[in-house]
Amino acid sequence: MRQAFRQLEVLRYDPDTDSAPHFQTYEVPCQDDWVVLDAINYVKENLDRTLSYRWSCHMAVCGSCGLVVNGESVLACHAFLRDYPEKIRVEPLGNFPIERDLVVMIDDFVEKLRTVKPYIVSKKERAIEFGETLQSPEKLAAYKQYADCINCLLCYSACPQYGLNDNFVGPAALALAHRYNLDSRDVGRSARADVVASNPGIWECSFVGACSEVCPKNVDPAASIQQMKIAITADYFMRLLMPWRKP
Amino acid sequence: METITSDVAIVGAGGAGLRAAIALAESNPGLRIALISKVYPMRSHTVAAEGGAAGVIKDNDSFDNHFNDTVAGGDWLCDQDAVELFTHEAPKELTRIEHWGCPWSRQADGHVAVRSFGGMKVERTWYAADKTGFHLLHTLFQTSLKYPAIERYDEYFCTDIVAVNGACQGVVALEMRTGQLRFFRAKAIIIATGGAGRIFPFTTNGAVKTGDGMAMAYRVGVPLKDMEFVQYHPTGLPGTGILITEASRGEGGILVNRDGYRYLQDYDLGPPDPWPRKKAMELGPRDRLSQAFWHEQQQGRTIKTVDGEVVHLDLRHLGEAKINERLPMVRELSRSYVRVDPVDAPIPVRPVVHYTMGGIDTDTNGATRIGGLFAAGECACVSINGANRLGSNSLTELLVFGARAARSAADYVAGGASAVSDGLLMEQVEAAENRVLTLFRKTNGNEDIVGLRRELTATMEAGAGIYRSEDSLRESCEKLQEIRQRYSSIELRDKSNVFNTDLTEVLELKSMIDVASALAVSAYHRTESRGSHQRLDYTERDDKKFLRHSLATYSAQGEPHIDYRDVVITRSQPGERAYGGNQD
Repeated sequence: MRQAFRQLEVLRYDPDTDSAPHFQTYEVPCQDDWVVLDAINYVKENLDRTLSYRWSCHMAVCGSCGLVVNGESVLACHAFLRDYPEKIRVEPLGNFPIERDLVVMIDDFVEKLRTVKPYIVSKKERAIEFGETLQSPEKLAAYKQYADCINCLLCYSACPQYGLNDNFVGPAALALAHRYNLDSRDVGRSARADVVASNPGIWECSFVGACSEVCPKNVDPAASIQQMKIAITADYFMRLLMPWRKP
Repeated sequence: METITSDVAIVGAGGAGLRAAIALAESNPGLRIALISKVYPMRSHTVAAEGGAAGVIKDNDSFDNHFNDTVAGGDWLCDQDAVELFTHEAPKELTRIEHWGCPWSRQADGHVAVRSFGGMKVERTWYAADKTGFHLLHTLFQTSLKYPAIERYDEYFCTDIVAVNGACQGVVALEMRTGQLRFFRAKAIIIATGGAGRIFPFTTNGAVKTGDGMAMAYRVGVPLKDMEFVQYHPTGLPGTGILITEASRGEGGILVNRDGYRYLQDYDLGPPDPWPRKKAMELGPRDRLSQAFWHEQQQGRTIKTVDGEVVHLDLRHLGEAKINERLPMVRELSRSYVRVDPVDAPIPVRPVVHYTMGGIDTDTNGATRIGGLFAAGECACVSINGANRLGSNSLTELLVFGARAARSAADYVAGGASAVSDGLLMEQVEAAENRVLTLFRKTNGNEDIVGLRRELTATMEAGAGIYRSEDSLRESCEKLQEIRQRYSSIELRDKSNVFNTDLTEVLELKSMIDVASALAVSAYHRTESRGSHQRLDYTERDDKKFLRHSLATYSAQGEPHIDYRDVVITRSQPGERAYGGNQD
């Protein structure tokens, strides 16, 4: 295995002692099959016990280790050193307040997720005795992509609109609202509309598409938002033209 | 210290903890539920489960089949009353999750699809492509947002259970954002903190899996049961230990050695053809497959890589379309982390520590011997997994027993929990606080957390791996005693109050030492070979002496005390585990 030194410039900030964030540089002997997270773990284990960051699964599914690496929002466990130059700048996710070092406060997202009602809303809860709800592979495929969101929040970090207006519900929460709207078992679309179809909801999105570019799971939140805009516009005209019909 | 009062506090917000929280909220909307976790719920390691969840649903299957597969798979160390109710409740729980929106993969007619899994006579594993744990966890997490009674405390690190006069009174936890300790006062506590794979150096388990809940229960006097049984999953990626799901073999993948030979036929799992077929070859149970790898390695028939010896998992004959539909994550993981596209080339794999069969001793209601203290999921040992868990039983287990523990906790609270004097209670809370403060303030320590942790994981692999012996285990037990002594000389390098992971890692290491000691000492005393516990010096199963669960009881002074309890046998007498051509 080839080993080479890399320069890791890491953003440091401890609100207890620092007035402002600053960068600290570490020289890290890296193996060529490492990911950025491996290099950060090396720092923590061998060079500096005071560095704080989140990680767990190291297989791009728990969503803990979202960071900005050389300006791009990525999962540190899925950012391969072979794709980076010798000097690597590591910062916390953008658009969230820094809690400490590479750890950001994601309370705002967690609260917004709750407001879009990301769960099945049914007319009447189906009794277990009646067994499974049928859902064809086609109906599953209609929403499946949007169910793949791991809440890593790279999309919030990359979204220029969320940066400008933190009332914006944001890509992942909207994609999950769309996921349930599209699920054949769900009737919650109008219940979600209060939040989703409001100004801070889908209409705030200016369709830059950065969210979909950084998404590590190809969820394509931008597409979900555009589809909802079309659906809600259609609802509006349906109400205008056929007020007796319910959307 | 601030006190936060609730009726039931749950520690751990993975699959079992979330299922328990929802069951509590549904059983009585007036209950105040505190859901405490050291990570946000969606980061919990349930997220990494891939292959699926077992539950009888098709006409060609039966509860008896699921029972027999599970009991034989566990080498008759399962409690059969527990397995009985588990198999009956499994389909109900999986259906409930379906109603809550889990995107189960479907047949063309819209019914839930099932796939084959190791050691299962009939295909009965429900799956959501190869991201079943991820979908199950997010479905539970998102559904839990419906219930205002569930108050979440994300990124609170629990340090101690507080029990007075044999009754549980709450937990002490560190709020990671502020560094402040809180007392979560509750009439009942449910521990749902998952396994402890991180006590080994090479594991599929995420960084969070350090056995904290097991260790906390153990330290207040609940025995850890059957800890010597550790599951090696036969197919992990070399280097990282990333899991390549058993579903790849369920879908038809094969394992070959250096010579391209399907070596499992030499280990009572053949003949190799026709393939695929149930309970044979690559669809044998995990313990047998990992042991076969060990023998191949001894005989020089594995393949050397920079990250250790491997064999090849070949999926090429499945074709690109099927791999994309059924195993998209396997393809992605393999391409990214070992730069092999399974469509074109076989995946290098080796056995990797995956699951702790043992855990907190509970009955079938999740109750422990301490009043008001319950446990569910991988941290608990009910026991349905015996000496070897069958793949896809654990996701179902966390649903079935998460819900059961919640219902019994609700009953316990309704029954009026025992009152204790505040004085006695606060004495214990302060003792817990002092332990953290002492660690925090310590100076002149000459031990280093990273080195000590490395020594711990190394001795577990060397002494308590796939094959063990009296000598190897004695060495590990002694080493662990030494590490326990040296632990008290660790000095924190980080003295910040905010998100101090130097502190939480040192606290985790304490859990790891406790759990590892229970494991190594239990393994030392079990002088037989059964399921995943294989002794080179005692190669046979010994039902006369060891058709019993081991119970390791904590001792602050030194090694745990080991007792035994008879296995519950209802209708399946111990027999030969028959796979391949030996099946009836």
